[in-house]
Amino acid sequence: MSGGSYYVPATSKWPILGSLALGLMMVGTGMVLVYDRGTLLMVVGILSVLAVMALWFRDVVRESRQGLYDAQMDRSFRQGMGWFIFSEVMFFGAFFAALFYIRTFALPWLDGEGAKGVAALLWPDFVASWPLMSPPDPAVVGPEQTFSPWQLPLVNTLILVGSSITLTVAHEGLKEGERATTRNWLAATLVLAVSFIIIQGVEYYEAYAHYGITLEAGIYGATFFLLTGFHGVHVIIGASILAVMLVRVLRGHFARDNHFGFEAACWYWHFVDVVWVGLFLFVYVF
Amino acid sequence: MAPKLPPHHPVQQSSTVSGAGQAAAHAAPRGLMRWLLTTNHKEIGSLYLIFSLSMFFIGGIFALVVRAELFQPGLQLVNPEFFNQMTTMHGLIMVFAAVMPAFTGLANWMIPLQIGAPDMALPRLNNFSFWLLPVAFTLLLSTLLMPGGGPNFGWTFYAPLSTTYAPPSTTFFILSLHIAGISSILGAINIIATILNMRAPGMRLMDMPLFCWTWLITAFLLIAVMPVLAGVITMMLMDINFGTHFFNAAGGGDPVLFQHLFWFFGHPEVYIMILPAFGIVSAIIPTFARKPLFGYASMVYATAAIAILSFLVWAHHMFVVGLPLAAELFFMYTTMIIAVPTGVKVFNWITTLFRGSITFEPPMLFALAFVVLFTIGGFSGLMLAIAPADFQYHDTYFVVAHFHYVLVPGAVFAIMAGGYYWLPKWTGHYPNVKLAQWHFWLSVIGVNLTFFPMHFAGLAGMPRRIPDYALQFADFNLVSSLGAFMFGASQLVFVAVVILCVRGGERAPAKAWEGATDLEWTVPSPAPLHTFETPPTFRPQAH
Repeated sequence: MSGGSYYVPATSKWPILGSLALGLMMVGTGMVLVYDRGTLLMVVGILSVLAVMALWFRDVVRESRQGLYDAQMDRSFRQGMGWFIFSEVMFFGAFFAALFYIRTFALPWLDGEGAKGVAALLWPDFVASWPLMSPPDPAVVGPEQTFSPWQLPLVNTLILVGSSITLTVAHEGLKEGERATTRNWLAATLVLAVSFIIIQGVEYYEAYAHYGITLEAGIYGATFFLLTGFHGVHVIIGASILAVMLVRVLRGHFARDNHFGFEAACWYWHFVDVVWVGLFLFVYVF
Repeated sequence: MAPKLPPHHPVQQSSTVSGAGQAAAHAAPRGLMRWLLTTNHKEIGSLYLIFSLSMFFIGGIFALVVRAELFQPGLQLVNPEFFNQMTTMHGLIMVFAAVMPAFTGLANWMIPLQIGAPDMALPRLNNFSFWLLPVAFTLLLSTLLMPGGGPNFGWTFYAPLSTTYAPPSTTFFILSLHIAGISSILGAINIIATILNMRAPGMRLMDMPLFCWTWLITAFLLIAVMPVLAGVITMMLMDINFGTHFFNAAGGGDPVLFQHLFWFFGHPEVYIMILPAFGIVSAIIPTFARKPLFGYASMVYATAAIAILSFLVWAHHMFVVGLPLAAELFFMYTTMIIAVPTGVKVFNWITTLFRGSITFEPPMLFALAFVVLFTIGGFSGLMLAIAPADFQYHDTYFVVAHFHYVLVPGAVFAIMAGGYYWLPKWTGHYPNVKLAQWHFWLSVIGVNLTFFPMHFAGLAGMPRRIPDYALQFADFNLVSSLGAFMFGASQLVFVAVVILCVRGGERAPAKAWEGATDLEWTVPSPAPLHTFETPPTFRPQAH
C-alpha cells in the first residue's frame, strides 16, 4: 500500500501505435497465410511491433533512470511481470496438457482400449505407440526415427540449466556491486543462450533433413514442433532481453538495490529454463 | 554498480504527482488525441463502456437476424450459411466485445475510486489494452465481408468445423481473437496490480467493496485461462495452415482434445462474465435496502470457491461427446457443487433485503431482477449438470435458454444496474427515472418473452443453430422473436437515458444514493478527472 505520494505517468503515443502495429502484423500474417500475398505488409507489421516495443521500453528505462518511479511503481512492475509469467505458464500448460491427453487417452482409445475403444473401428489396423511412428491413416506419413534424448537434447539441457546458474551468479554480482562479475557472467549467459538457439536450429534441420520429423508427420511431429517451437521463440525473446540487459549493465544503468529490469529478465529466463526441463523430460526422454 | 545518474535524455512529459493540483502540469492533448493517448482511468473506462455499448448493438442486430429468420418455420430471409455466421458472430461479439469490455470499463472507472487510488497501476498498459479492442473486432467483423464469409461454426468453434471445414477467413478470426486475448490478459494484470498495490492506506483486502473482490478473482481467472484460449487457437491455426494433426484423428490427434482445451478456457470464461456482476449487485442491494451486505466474508469466500471450482467442471459441456463414465460422474458432481457457493450468494442478497428499508430506484430494479432471473438460469444450469438428463437437453434450445438467462438478465442486467447506479458519479446527473422505468419493464418483459419459451422448445427437442424447425415449435419461436425485437428496441431507451443523463438532468450530490457507503461516494459528482491524488483516509466499517 502507498505512502504519501503517487506516480501517474504522462500520456504516451506508444500504446496506440502498438495496437495499430499489432493489427497491421495480424492482417499481414493473415494475408500471407490465406491469400499467399502481403509479405511486405506482414514484415512492416512485425517491424513496427518491434519498434514500438523498443521505444516504449526505452521511455520506461529513461523514466526509471530519472528516478520518477517510486516504491509503489516498483511493486506494480513486479506484480505485472509475475502475473505475465503466470500467463505464460498457462500458455505452455495448454500445450503440455494436449501432449498428455494425446498420449494417455486419445491414442490408446484409437487402438481400441477402454470405454471409448469403439474409436478403433475407424482404423482397425492402428497400433498405439509413443513416439507415434505410424499415424492411423496411412496417408499421413509419420516420422522415420526420433532423437535420442542423450545427444543434442541433453547438451541443450546442460546449456540451459547452466545458463540459469551463470545468470544467478551475474545477479549476485549485481547485488554485491561487482560490476565486472555481472558483466562477465551475463555475457557468458548470453553465449549459452545463443548456443542453445544454434543447437536447436541444427536439431530442426536434422529433424526435417534426416529424421522425417515434420509438422505434417502425424501428432508426434505436431506436438514436437509445437512445444519446442514455442519454447524456442521464448528463448529468443529471453536472449534478446538478456542482450538489452548486457548493454544496460555496460552503461551502468543498475544500482545494487534498484535493478528490477535485470531481475525481471532473470525471472523470465528461469521460467524459460523450467519449461525446457519439462520439455526434456516429456518430449524427449519419456 | 553505478548509482542513479543524471538522465541522458530527459523525458519532458513526465512528472511525479505528489500532491493535489500538480496533475494539471500534464499538458493534456485535446480533441481526438486526448482519447487516443489517454492514460486516465476514467476516460479509458468511458471508452470501454462506449465501445461495449456499440458492440452490444452490433451483436444485437446479429441476434435479431437470427430471430427474424426463426419467426416462422421454413427458410425466409437468409440462407443457412449466413444464418450460421450470424449465430457465430452474435456469440463472439456479445462475449468478447460487449460483456467483457463492459465489465472492464466499469472496473476502470470504479476500482480506483473504490479503493482510493489516483489511477490504475499501469496507466499506459491500460490505454494499450483498450485500443487493442477496436483493432481486434474491426478485424473480426471484416471476416463477414471476406470470400467464403465469416466464422460459421458457432462461438465455440469446435474442430473440425473450424479447421477442416472452415471458411478461409478463419485464420483472420484466430488472429483477431489473439489480439482480444492480449487485451484481456494485460487488462487483468493491471486490475490485479491496482487492487493489490494501490489501496488507500488502512484499507485491508477484507475492507474492499465486493466489486473489487469479484474483479480481483475475475482477473485471476482471465490470466489463467486466456492463455489456454491462445494456445488452442494457435493449434487451430497450425492445423489449418501448417498441416499439423492436433484435432485430426487421421494423424493421431483428436477433435475432442479441442473441446477439452476450449472448455478449460470456456467454463472459467462464463464465470468471468458473471463474477463482476455479483460484485455490482452486492453494491446495489445494500445501498437501496439501507442495510450492510449480509455475510460479506462468506460472499468473498463463495466467489473464490466458484473461481476454483470453475477449473474442475469444464467437461460438463461435453457429456455427449463420449467421455468415460468416471469423467461423466466427476464433472457432474463438481458442477453441482457450484450450486453451493452460488446459493450462498443468493441467500445473502435475500437476507440483505430482509427487513430492509427498500426503495426501487432504477439500479435496484435491475439488481432485483438480476437476483430472480439469474437464479432461474442457475436452476436450469443444475438441470443441465445432471449428465443423463443432459443427454436429452444437449444442443437444444434449453441450453440456449439457460445461458441466455445467466448472461442477459444476469450479466447484462447487472451491467445496466451498475450503469444506472454510477451514472450520477460519472455525469453529475441522475438518470431520468421515468425513462429508466420504461427501459426496465420493457427489458424484463422482452427478455422473458424471448428466452422463457426456449426452455419448452428445447425440452421438446428443438435443436439449436438450425435455421428451420418442425412445425410444433412455431408458437414458441413466434413469441421468442417478438420478445427479442421488443428487448432490442427497448435498449434504445437505455441509449436515450444515457445521452440525456450526460447532457443534463437532476443534479446529483457527491453521495448520490442515501444508503451508499463506499469510497466513490466521497468524491464530487461528476468525479473530477483526477481523484485521490493524495491518498484518502480510510476508516474500515464493520462488515
